[in-house]
Amino acid sequence: MTYLIFFIAAIGTLAGAIGVIALKDPFYCVLALVVHLISLAVLFMLLRAEFVAAAQVVVYAGAVMVLYIFVVSYIGGQNLSGSAGPGRAGTLAAFACAGALVAELFIAVLGTGLKAVGTGGAHVAAGFGNPESIGTLFLTKFLAPFEIASYLLLLAAVGAVTLARRRGGLDDGIEQRAPRISVAEFMSARPYYTGTQHETLGRPESLPEPTQR
Amino acid sequence: MTIAWYLAVSALIFAIGVGGVLVRRNPLVVLLCLELMLNAANLALIGFSRMWGNDDGQIFALIVMVVAACEVTVGLGVIVAMHRHRLPIDVDSMRELQG
Repeated sequence: MTYLIFFIAAIGTLAGAIGVIALKDPFYCVLALVVHLISLAVLFMLLRAEFVAAAQVVVYAGAVMVLYIFVVSYIGGQNLSGSAGPGRAGTLAAFACAGALVAELFIAVLGTGLKAVGTGGAHVAAGFGNPESIGTLFLTKFLAPFEIASYLLLLAAVGAVTLARRRGGLDDGIEQRAPRISVAEFMSARPYYTGTQHETLGRPESLPEPTQR
Repeated sequence: MTIAWYLAVSALIFAIGVGGVLVRRNPLVVLLCLELMLNAANLALIGFSRMWGNDDGQIFALIVMVVAACEVTVGLGVIVAMHRHRLPIDVDSMRELQG
């Protein structure tokens, strides 16, 4: 039974991975990656990593893939113009590189001195890899990596907003030109069609001139 | 099911990711191929964690997932900024670091 589940999941992961690099439309690439991630979560379950499998499905297949889907729909599959790509010889060379890497890794795995690679793994207790043991490790032995990871997430969120906002990011000098406003002005109501609504939609032509609210 | 099988699957996924990064030109797909490579590393880490019967490797895999999420966020922010500046969405035409 374990063999059957393993081979189904392994074929799913490899098919998803090949779909990511072979499909033309980026939208379908993202969907192929979702298939890959869910099959990989099954492999994680077979390796007794229950919490990592759940996090994989929730964080990756849920949140990160939704972010990809949004960006793909925003950019659209169009404006991929310009250069002619790697060409036939370049593609062959790239896959030769990848094949050499596979051969090297297989030689490393098969020729390893680790005898335990050929076994099903050490005997583990019943609570191996469940949320309780992972949480205990995160809050005792690996507390510093846990905190650093949370700061890293915060920095990435701030960086993404800074990069992607409409007012030109950091290259516009807008910080110097921005007028100073008082707290009272900041708290009072703004005219219509300004602020975030203006940034995303622009002011519609057919609507009346902005008035003080 | 021996650990070597999982390592073989991990090696294959990693090589597919490498091939994708080398061949594809759309930066969105290049980011997806980076995800493939990180996932291959995660599978190897969890396989070794099972091999030793020690869950430290799973912590390592979770931290790799956090780093991957950060990389995706910043990468997609760069792609959206490129789109806003009317630059072509193509890795071959991104040859300068400056604006």
